[in-house]
Amino acid sequence: MNNVSRRDLLRRGGAVVVSFALGFPKRAAGQGPNGDLGKSLDPHEVDSFLAVHTDGSVTLYTSHVDVGVGLRIAMRQMAAEELGIPVERIAMVEGDTALTPDHGGTGGSTGIPRGAVDVRQAAATARQAFLKLGAVQLQRPAAELTIVDGQVRPTAGGEGVDIGKLIGDRRFSLKVDPKAPLKDPTTYSLVGKPLLRPDVPAKCTGKHVYVQDFSMPGMLHGRVIRPPAIGAKLLSVDESSIRSIPDVRVVRIENFLGVVAADEWAAVRAARELKATWSEWQGLPGNDGLERFIRDGAVDRHQDLVNRGDPVAALSTAAKQFSSTYEWPLQSHASLGPSCAVADVRADGATVWTSTQGTHGLRANLSKIFAIPEDKLRVIYLDGSGSYGGNGNDDAAADAVLLSKAAGKPVRVQWMRHDEHGWDPKGPAQLLDLRGGIDAEGRIVAWETQMWLPTGTPGNRPILGVDAAGIAQSHGQGAGQITQNGDPPYAASNVRVTVHWIKETPLRISNLRAPGKIANTFAVESFTDELASAAGIDPVAFRLRGLTDPRAIEVIKRAADMIGWQARPSPSAVTAQGNLLTGRGFAYMRYKQAENYVAMAMEVTVDRTSGKINVQRVTCAHDCGLVINPDSLRNQIEGSIVQTLSRALHEEVKFDRSRVTSIDWASYPILTFPEMPAIEVALIDRPTLPPLGAGEASTAPVAAALGNAVFDATGLRLRAVPFTPARVMAGLMRS
Amino acid sequence: MPKYNFQLNGRPVMVESWDPAQPLLYVLRNALSLHGAKFGCGLAQCGACTVLIEGRTQRSCVFPVRQVAGRAVTTLEGLGTPEKPDPVQAAFIAQQAAQCGYCTNGMIMAAKSLLNQTPKPTLDQVKQGLAGNLCRCGTHTRIVQAVMLAAKA
Repeated sequence: MNNVSRRDLLRRGGAVVVSFALGFPKRAAGQGPNGDLGKSLDPHEVDSFLAVHTDGSVTLYTSHVDVGVGLRIAMRQMAAEELGIPVERIAMVEGDTALTPDHGGTGGSTGIPRGAVDVRQAAATARQAFLKLGAVQLQRPAAELTIVDGQVRPTAGGEGVDIGKLIGDRRFSLKVDPKAPLKDPTTYSLVGKPLLRPDVPAKCTGKHVYVQDFSMPGMLHGRVIRPPAIGAKLLSVDESSIRSIPDVRVVRIENFLGVVAADEWAAVRAARELKATWSEWQGLPGNDGLERFIRDGAVDRHQDLVNRGDPVAALSTAAKQFSSTYEWPLQSHASLGPSCAVADVRADGATVWTSTQGTHGLRANLSKIFAIPEDKLRVIYLDGSGSYGGNGNDDAAADAVLLSKAAGKPVRVQWMRHDEHGWDPKGPAQLLDLRGGIDAEGRIVAWETQMWLPTGTPGNRPILGVDAAGIAQSHGQGAGQITQNGDPPYAASNVRVTVHWIKETPLRISNLRAPGKIANTFAVESFTDELASAAGIDPVAFRLRGLTDPRAIEVIKRAADMIGWQARPSPSAVTAQGNLLTGRGFAYMRYKQAENYVAMAMEVTVDRTSGKINVQRVTCAHDCGLVINPDSLRNQIEGSIVQTLSRALHEEVKFDRSRVTSIDWASYPILTFPEMPAIEVALIDRPTLPPLGAGEASTAPVAAALGNAVFDATGLRLRAVPFTPARVMAGLMRS
Repeated sequence: MPKYNFQLNGRPVMVESWDPAQPLLYVLRNALSLHGAKFGCGLAQCGACTVLIEGRTQRSCVFPVRQVAGRAVTTLEGLGTPEKPDPVQAAFIAQQAAQCGYCTNGMIMAAKSLLNQTPKPTLDQVKQGLAGNLCRCGTHTRIVQAVMLAAKA
């Protein structure tokens, strides 16, 4: 359906007619930039979230997008369950500022508990409307009716009426009723089933349209040339250096330098070969200066997150006292496909196709920066390479806007590998000092965590190309909720957690999967292990006796059972077999101290001649409340474990005084297939509890479980990530 | 502009390129509108751009178009469709062996090549066969299971 006919249909008689083949919206080429298509966008209205068509099919509208995590099937299951229709009849529109209500961006594991729960409530409200409409049509009381297979029918049997006939493309004109009853979980027929994700067949056959694959008539290909030093100024450009490459136009706006060409390879070569002179700049501390940069950095403010009892006094009287420092490096999102966007900037407005995790937030930001009114700026999500938070996508979108504006044509910008590794905003470096004390029975009597974090200024993250072009923008820096899980989840009456918010960060930062919580849990759960070892108590038993929450106890027992945990203190007394030392480690956390319960056990070998760690087995027990789709959930947990093993074993952004130097997969390696462990996951389903998100929680205990296993095997306590062979060897030599 | 003739998914095609060194990837994605192969690094490091040339895996991001002349290229689209996937694609779908799916092209093409040479691989052979392909979502367990499943089919 092209844009004109869609708009006409939308406006005709207030009818909502938007239908898509195969559940995926067709983006018509040449779509106008108009932000107003007549579609209801108010997040309090049922019509904003769903439309029911004459043929009984349903379209869902949401600002929460599926970045490969399975939301696309889970949300369908939750809505279909309430509506009484098969999931195959549901299409979804994700992240389109002209079509979807803004009920939050994607991130923080909110896709299910906020995104899908909102849609479910709209569906539950629609269900009540159908029962009322059906009661009139069938001349039966609504209480005697149900909805099965898209038909309102008497519960006792008999003739029914299709929901498509009852509403068929007309508006509900109803507020979402927060009290609309939800289906009884004991009657679920779709929620809890391992239904297959609808996008996988197209992804496996080359038919899925990623933003990288999107094109439109007249579109040019753009590339941006970033400076050789982060703060360098552009002094001169020699356009004759690319004279041999056909039909390339150089775009220079202050320090923003780009090229556009009809032919993509011409743009790539031009960006590579264009000679430009930049000023010198050396404003970074370099990797070696990072710890001092953080410890000596100007502090914006100190903040106590937890303060109970008197940890200082309790520490001084504790039977045994300990202190340790834990470090987490700057890490990249390292998306497998570099960021990409297409922008079509016209005199009367603009459209941007992007795989940003926040279409509405990006629209607000771009609107301010480029002075395009929000109702003239449409931001449309298309799948990209997994982003795991704020990778380079928003920057690429701004690059595309700058180049399209300059060229007067639609422009597609795809970053190169060195752009993504070098310039994506990074997950922040984290530094934690821990102190703790145990009594004669080995119980925690005092705990203190001090963390140094870059200040989380509210506001928009500065966009690279916009700064380079000399356009004013608000400069915030936010990396998400990075302070959580800094306190132990175990009984302790004297606990203090303090954040020292430092004003500067060497590299631009953003939210990276499970922001802050992986490093915090690494520190807390490794230090817990240190205390358990010092007390001579089995690490699992040590944790269990500090817990009373039955959900916590259950995940811990399950993960331990699955790996065949033998109760004994760490480190292991078993001697090496040849050069290989063997050990097992454990970690537990409750995500954000309020959400998922996750326990994890790991078996590793450490080669004492090379320092190489091999992860043999991982077991994980996971409780996120109601399970929507167990297979998709397992996929997320497996992925979380593997990705975080990669971060813990290999990943550290390298930089010198001028720039990031780890700009490809050789200098920023990630985990490969020969390193993958066997993974067993136990899901603990809680059908009567609300569903929580699961895209992040199981990342949090990984590094701690791994470090604890290495300690068990070798007696070496690893307190800095990544656990490279060189770092392990250096530690083994020392001990 | 120089012209290059080759076999693409069983059919003869002719393409033009102003630069004989243009990597095949750009030709496939732009001139031929085949988007299965993806740009990941342009450095032959990640495998997202993998195609089969004469049945063997090649990184199309560094494979010059001039070298493809007269040869047979198979892309992900040449294997099967969502309605009629080939056995490896079907196994990937059955195992849900894709999250974002950006690396999936390379995984399936590498698996095709591996299974052509080693129809009944061991688990370790599968891991070694995919060692040069990167996945960032951590879908490794599913991908390996899918290749093992395809080998049984």
